[in-house]
Amino acid sequence: MSAVAHEHVDAHDDHGHHHKETFITKYIFSQDHKMIAKQYFITGVLVMGFIGIAMSLLFRMQLAWPGESFAIFETFLGKWAPEGVMDADVYLALITMHGTIMVFFVLTAGLSGTFSNLLIPLQIGARDMASGFLNMVSYWLFFLSSVLMVISLFVEAGPAAAGWTIYPPLSALPMAQPGSGMGMTLWLLSMTIFIASSLLGSLNYIVTVLNLRTKGMSMTRLPLTIWAFFVTAVIGVISFPVLLSAGLLLLMDRSFGTSFFLSDIFIQGEVLHYQGGSPVLYEHLFWFLGHPEVYIVLLPALGITSEVMATNARKPIFGYRAMVASILAIAFLSTIVWGHHMFISGMNPFLGSVFTFTTLLIAIPSAVKAFNYITTLWKGNLQLNPGMLFSIGLVSTFISGGLTGIILGDSTLDINVHDTYFVVAHFHLVMGISALYGLFAGAYHWFPKMFQGRMMNKNLGYIHFWITAVCAYGIFFPMHFVGMAGVPRRYYENTAFPMFDELTNVQVLMTVFALIAGLAQLVFVYNFIYSIFYGKRGPQNPWSSTTLEWTAPQEHIHGNWPGKIPEVHRWAYDYSKTYENGEYIIPGQDFVPQHIPLQENEEELNH
Amino acid sequence: MTTLLILTVLVLVAIAIWQIGKIFELSQMGKEMSTAEIADDSDNQNNGYLLFGFLIFIYGITIFSFAKYSKVLLPVAASEHGPDYDTLMWVSFAVIFVVQTLTQALLHYFGYKYRGKKGKKALFYADNDRLEFIWTIIPVIVLAGLIISGLYYWTEIMDVNEEDDPLIVELYAQQFNWTARYGGQDNVLGDASVRLIDINRANVLGLDESDPNASDDVIVKELYLPVGRKVNFYMRSQDVLHSAYMPHFRAQMNCVPGMITQFSFTPTITTEEMRLNPDVVDKVKRTNQLRAQWAAEGRPNSDPWEFDYVLLCNKICGKSHYNMQMKIIVVTEDEYNDWMAEQKTFTQTLLAANGSESIPPNEDKQELTEIVAVNQQ
Repeated sequence: MSAVAHEHVDAHDDHGHHHKETFITKYIFSQDHKMIAKQYFITGVLVMGFIGIAMSLLFRMQLAWPGESFAIFETFLGKWAPEGVMDADVYLALITMHGTIMVFFVLTAGLSGTFSNLLIPLQIGARDMASGFLNMVSYWLFFLSSVLMVISLFVEAGPAAAGWTIYPPLSALPMAQPGSGMGMTLWLLSMTIFIASSLLGSLNYIVTVLNLRTKGMSMTRLPLTIWAFFVTAVIGVISFPVLLSAGLLLLMDRSFGTSFFLSDIFIQGEVLHYQGGSPVLYEHLFWFLGHPEVYIVLLPALGITSEVMATNARKPIFGYRAMVASILAIAFLSTIVWGHHMFISGMNPFLGSVFTFTTLLIAIPSAVKAFNYITTLWKGNLQLNPGMLFSIGLVSTFISGGLTGIILGDSTLDINVHDTYFVVAHFHLVMGISALYGLFAGAYHWFPKMFQGRMMNKNLGYIHFWITAVCAYGIFFPMHFVGMAGVPRRYYENTAFPMFDELTNVQVLMTVFALIAGLAQLVFVYNFIYSIFYGKRGPQNPWSSTTLEWTAPQEHIHGNWPGKIPEVHRWAYDYSKTYENGEYIIPGQDFVPQHIPLQENEEELNH
Repeated sequence: MTTLLILTVLVLVAIAIWQIGKIFELSQMGKEMSTAEIADDSDNQNNGYLLFGFLIFIYGITIFSFAKYSKVLLPVAASEHGPDYDTLMWVSFAVIFVVQTLTQALLHYFGYKYRGKKGKKALFYADNDRLEFIWTIIPVIVLAGLIISGLYYWTEIMDVNEEDDPLIVELYAQQFNWTARYGGQDNVLGDASVRLIDINRANVLGLDESDPNASDDVIVKELYLPVGRKVNFYMRSQDVLHSAYMPHFRAQMNCVPGMITQFSFTPTITTEEMRLNPDVVDKVKRTNQLRAQWAAEGRPNSDPWEFDYVLLCNKICGKSHYNMQMKIIVVTEDEYNDWMAEQKTFTQTLLAANGSESIPPNEDKQELTEIVAVNQQ
């Protein structure tokens, strides 16, 4: 349904003439943003997330007990685990696919796709996305790319195995490793479609936020979730096309014999014809997306946290304008820091200096955000719902993981920890775990909005959170030490170096924590699926939130609100606001929803 | 037939259950809402305490990791720039730990202290410019300090120049091994290209045979370095990306096909000296205890270990990436010269592979070496 049609409907103030919906238009080729959000969640988080996390458990077992035989390896890896012993090639394939799936499919599409789709129209007061059709196409392209990526797991020579960054020449030459054959072709194809999907989605989000805000919803009254989704979409539009170009050039090098990234190669007894290309060029192109990608993953999680935290603290988010400014600063800086992934790639050291400077600059808005979250908790009346706990957990891992970024962002210090487990620990905490926590916080918080007012079981939620929180630190805290001992990442086993022998028990500790953490996620999956059908129905506004989505009825209707779209009269954070005499603005209620007009004698405190 | 009947019955039963479920669901609609899944005072209480407990857990795992794993960290840096690197690292860590300890404490303590209670009033506190200014400016100052010292060392370390008569060494990477090439007597590397590789003539690094600088180059599989002399490394790769990682020297640089990358450092501790370092002695002892245990279990790769510097590959390069290494031996200047004198030059190795085509030009030198070796015995 187009924007024009909305206006038409709004003008008549009725939305009663429902089209007859068939199963296919309602559940499969749906153009309704709420249904598309659910589709994204189920495909991106439940299915792809399951695959991605399961892979990590397999290779964690190999790292803890190198070369040992496990029946589970033989079951899942088949010929890649003769007699249950994992093969070195498939180990690389597993880490590659784990990275790809988690970064792109779970944390980009699963996170942004779900919550941008669900919340943008509902929180800005729109009937739907600007283009419901493009939105549907975006989801189905994502679905197609997911299918292709999963198919690539079953290719004869194995899936892509050159690391999720697929640096050429390793990824370009099938003779360099078996995964660089058909598996890599499918990887590139899948990612190309993924990028198309992401761009369609992002453009839609941007246009919707800019054009379809309800009356009174100025940009400075937007909830921080929307700011985060909006800016995320903008950096996606800026950076994803660059990855597409890198992928296309790589495809040409692979298939048509061009030399964009390849030069002077002698492999398996013969010289290849490639001349004049540079793998470093690929690294530049990849990380021009790759670094903003970190924020594409993280910003929506931070946006969700801002909203969930303010609501459950019963306090306005501290420093709204500073939060918006931080999001914008992070977005801007994120496009000029990519070189910190390449300090020792052979690029000019002077460039390294510049990137060190910009990288450490980005720590400033990040620090502001962390401090603002902490201050939001101060003197609150914290309702410790599972969503709130995950939000607090996010701030904790965001700080722990972010701080080690000071080491890695410093070109000098990067020399000795580059590509070691120190890096793995850093980015898993700061973007992996943090973004997952944001995702979970959002899932618990907006589940009632997704499934007609049903709520997830809170006790299972608590179990899920506490096990995950303990295990996340249990895995990644000791990992820093492994990295500082000099253990490189992407090693199939560390037994070739006696200097790493005494780290074996650390590996076992991390793996045990990882296995427990993996099991805890099943609690979430069970809770989620069970609650879809049997979850208890909560009140219309279960968390006593101020934002517009809770003014919409629990039953999903096309167009979100049965009558007029509510008009907005205030910002999104009037929690515990009082008159000077200490009385709540609305007697007996510690929050004032956005659609309530300013009361008499009430001062508008837009911050 | 019975199978079909059973299947039909099963399907019908399933449909019946589904329909009953639906009726039940419809009957639930419109009933009063349940607030059972929203945190109540006791949830807030319990989780507030757990948040405080979690703070103790974070501190606990930090202390545990430091107590238990500090010993696994790399020993003292064995290069001239290494101590500076380590100092900067520890300064950065000090900053990180102060911030981490404080912010985690505030975050979790607030979570515990301000846990919700019915009727409690939160403070409407939306803004404070001064506070925000303070926590913007403090990171700015601290980070400026770190950036400036970091960049100072970075320019020092990355300045690969020809001052102080550096030893010129090429590190050559291929799937899945390393080769080192010394400039030889003239300390100049001969030209090379993968297009000149001739396996039949044992010219595996693709040296230009017509380049006089190449003839005295020395190609080896173990990297000997004289202590106290600056070494300029020039890295090449013949197939995919590799990374020459020498953790004990705080040194690393990628090897990129199609270009020559460089890194430079001065080794300061010989392998012999390093083996006597108390930390290293302890580490070797611990490791060998472990290996003895493994040997008793009959596991492979469990011979006793003696400490050596290593060069590791640290950029994913394929199946045996995990075992792409080269031994580095740092020796005194004299030992280095003795060792170098024993090595064959490129021309000698080249001819050796081709039978006796002509007389090696360096025959005199080789005889001399043999005499020296005999005398030493």
